[in-house]
Amino acid sequence: MITVFFFFPVVAALFMSFTDFDIYGLSDIGFVRFIGLSNYADLLNDPLFWTALKNTFYFVLVGGPLSIAVSLGAALLINSRLVRFKSFFRLMYFVPVVATLVSVAVVWRYIYHPRFGLLNFALDKIGIEPIDWLGDPVWAMPAIILLAVWKNFGFNMIIFIAGLQNIPEELYEAARIDGANAVSQFKSITLPMLAPTMLFVGIITMIGYFQLFAEPYVMTQGGPVNSTLSIVLYMYQEGFRWWNMGYSASLAFVLFLIIFIGTLIQLRVQKRGYEG
Amino acid sequence: MNRIHKIFLYALLISTAAITLSPIVWMLSVSLMPAGASSTYPPPFLPDDVTLEHYENLFTRLNLARYLLNSTVIAVGVTLLSLLINSMAGYAFAKYRFRGRDKLFRLLLAGLVIPAQVTMLPLFLMLNKMGFINTYVGVMIPGMASVFGIFLMRQYMLSIPDSLIDAARIDGAGDFMVYWRLVIPLCKPIFVTLAIFTFMGTWNDFLWPLIVMTDDSMYTLPVALANLMGEHAQDTELMMAGSVLTILPVMLVFMVLQKYYIQGIMMGSVKG
Amino acid sequence: MEAVKLRLVSTGLLFSLMLILNGGCAKDGDVTTVRFWVMGAEGEVVEQLIPIFEEEYPHIRVRIQKIPWTAAHEKLLTAYASNSTPDICQLGNTWIPEFEMLNALEALDSRVDESTIIDADDFFEGVWQTNIIDDRLYGIPWYVDTRVLFYRKDIFEKAGFSKPPETWQELYELSQNIKSLAGDTERYAILLPTNEWTPPVIFGLQAGSNLLRDSGTFGDFSSEEFREAFGYYAQYFYEGLAPVGVTQVTNIYQGITEGFFTMYITGPWNVGEFRRRLPGHMQDKWATAPLPGPDENYPGVSIAGGASLVVFNESDKKDEAWKLIEFFSRPEIQLKFNQLSGNLPPRLSTWEISDLKDDPHIRAFYQQLDHVVPLPQVPEWEQIAMKIQQYAEIVSMRRMTVAEALAALDDEVDRILDKRRWILSRSD
Repeated sequence: MITVFFFFPVVAALFMSFTDFDIYGLSDIGFVRFIGLSNYADLLNDPLFWTALKNTFYFVLVGGPLSIAVSLGAALLINSRLVRFKSFFRLMYFVPVVATLVSVAVVWRYIYHPRFGLLNFALDKIGIEPIDWLGDPVWAMPAIILLAVWKNFGFNMIIFIAGLQNIPEELYEAARIDGANAVSQFKSITLPMLAPTMLFVGIITMIGYFQLFAEPYVMTQGGPVNSTLSIVLYMYQEGFRWWNMGYSASLAFVLFLIIFIGTLIQLRVQKRGYEG
Repeated sequence: MNRIHKIFLYALLISTAAITLSPIVWMLSVSLMPAGASSTYPPPFLPDDVTLEHYENLFTRLNLARYLLNSTVIAVGVTLLSLLINSMAGYAFAKYRFRGRDKLFRLLLAGLVIPAQVTMLPLFLMLNKMGFINTYVGVMIPGMASVFGIFLMRQYMLSIPDSLIDAARIDGAGDFMVYWRLVIPLCKPIFVTLAIFTFMGTWNDFLWPLIVMTDDSMYTLPVALANLMGEHAQDTELMMAGSVLTILPVMLVFMVLQKYYIQGIMMGSVKG
Repeated sequence: MEAVKLRLVSTGLLFSLMLILNGGCAKDGDVTTVRFWVMGAEGEVVEQLIPIFEEEYPHIRVRIQKIPWTAAHEKLLTAYASNSTPDICQLGNTWIPEFEMLNALEALDSRVDESTIIDADDFFEGVWQTNIIDDRLYGIPWYVDTRVLFYRKDIFEKAGFSKPPETWQELYELSQNIKSLAGDTERYAILLPTNEWTPPVIFGLQAGSNLLRDSGTFGDFSSEEFREAFGYYAQYFYEGLAPVGVTQVTNIYQGITEGFFTMYITGPWNVGEFRRRLPGHMQDKWATAPLPGPDENYPGVSIAGGASLVVFNESDKKDEAWKLIEFFSRPEIQLKFNQLSGNLPPRLSTWEISDLKDDPHIRAFYQQLDHVVPLPQVPEWEQIAMKIQQYAEIVSMRRMTVAEALAALDDEVDRILDKRRWILSRSD
């Protein structure tokens, strides 16, 4: 089953990326040429590809760590010994995770509205000029990142809470006896003990964030001036909007390669972290 | 000292919760406002007059019941089928000894790194040849088996003692009977967990149904909502009502079964 | 043994489930259902006309699918790729070459020859021609569409203009007057949304550009004509005469009522929308006028647009679909359609039986229709139009200069047309 519907398509996609299969090809297979690596060469000369790549990296490198940091912060808060109603807060923070993305995108579009939006209203209260969040190429990606962090932090938070609960309480007690304050406890116990969790969270977050699609699709359609065009959105547009399937398949493989390398790098960094 | 600390912590917790929930509360509130009421400055938090006209509109004019049905059929269908298939595969990987088993399993895990988007074009063309485009089956196929699901099942089933299975075999039970009568009841918690995961994932999925469903009577709720946005972008309150209805079912399922869901995430991460 | 039985039962269940899920029959008894795709606002209007058709043809049911314009092209291609095209569809006349190239459309010549309702000579010649490719007819014009200037009379007067602008220079001066009237409040003279490709293309056509060269195989956007037009267009953004970006105005009807902008270049359907959506006190304050031109020749040209009704090749209900096309081609139905949607009828006799020519808002369109030019008839047009739109947006936000943007646009358009050049060279 998985072979038929997963591994076979992967191979087919690889093959497709070496052809110029497009809408003409759908009407008459004779219009398909085998063009070797041309699609990949075209990608390198395609300004839109570089824009999409840059935007995707922006999203992953800024949004990823930010989202992990917020998750960790929330996990630490909830896990604090002083806090009661833990499961209540956990539940509240988790709500955005289960909410359907398209729905929350609808809401956030209005929150970001330059004239009637809640966000500009709040900023106005503290004296900040209104920002055209989704209409200004400088702010559109931060707006998408903010939405993504809000939507996703609850998920990683749960994983961090699990990780935190696995740290034996004795370690902290011993540290307290040694007179270590909260910050140094966090540095010398919490962080190292969380390393495996961190690796896991890092990898799944990265894989997920590289596949950014629905947020810009619903919120901005990739605009303004392509400032929120992600690799997957570009792939979708080329593939399912214009039916340039060969080109689209080559985009998909570039994405795969990037994710693969990203995973390897994280594993390597983590390993060095253990050794060092 | 501890007291101030505590107040500070709670203030932080509660304000985070407020910020987290406010978009969703606001969505609900705007959906009850009369048309045009939200496009004013300052933005209103609560409706002056409560109206249900947008909900009525969605059902009478915009065919929402149909999308609700589509989403439900697809999400329930994928959930049931994926439980069956993933648990069988997980069982095989956990309890059968066949050549290359562990290698195959590792290969499967490696597949996790390949983004699903890579497969979409060929999969679309394949399903097209099979006549499954614009059908429930077409949407359901990629969700029916998942590496994550198989992994979850296998991990759980590893904990079932072999002696139990052997005992059942000695009593003359066939493979399928062992699986059906013994393994499934033992695995109930993980079944519930996977069921919620699959249900929510399928309900919220956007890209694949967007591609496969070409006819608007087959749209799922999220796709219909995105489509509606193209046509009714200026009708803020109507869009909000649509969003509320899209979120409501998953929220309900989640609230009832949240324990299993959260356990599932923890299990997936700790053992991973 | 029992295990086998169980397995059989469960596979059986699975299959019957699949059958149910796959089901949904098109025919109940001898009633045939025709699938009809309609775009944008036309969808709601058509719903009101279909009952008349279904009453006349009790054995035909019409199932309408409404598609937003923004997703229409994408949806149609997907439908083509998955063999799920509708029986009958509304198609913008710039899309006909594309779907003809794909062999997706049914040629309608013989049906027209036999028809007692449709008479080619009764249609606007220029619009009828956009449906003909290589001497074969693929669509019946449903409405004609061109773009004119919609504006606020009261604000024009305050800005010192008693009549609409006739030249680019006048339009520009008027815009500056309106802008200075607004003072410090955020107001704009004209709305040139960068998610519409029509404004830059119209300015280009007015300046005399052909958009493409060498029989539609290369882009011609760096030409002097197009550069001049694009520069003129960009000026409106640079000088704050037009709002940059599309998020500011989520509701154009509210925008024009508030005076957030005063002018908007748009099509006939908005006559109906303006009448319906603008509040009562606004109704005597808005008007329409033919477009100004680059020089003294008034009016300047606009695009020869419009939508046709087509029958798809894959359809197995072509006769029923044709009945529906004939129905929509009747002058009295076209008139009803016009009254409901504001779309302009393509048949001369429909204009004769109506008082459309006397309608103050429609008159501008009637004048403009004498000054229209067609868009390039290449299958890739939609993709090219999107690129023009994209670079217009880039320029409006000062991400590139006009010259840079046009050079890049030519590059991209040349790449889009690469396959076309190859296919044309093969057939030579």
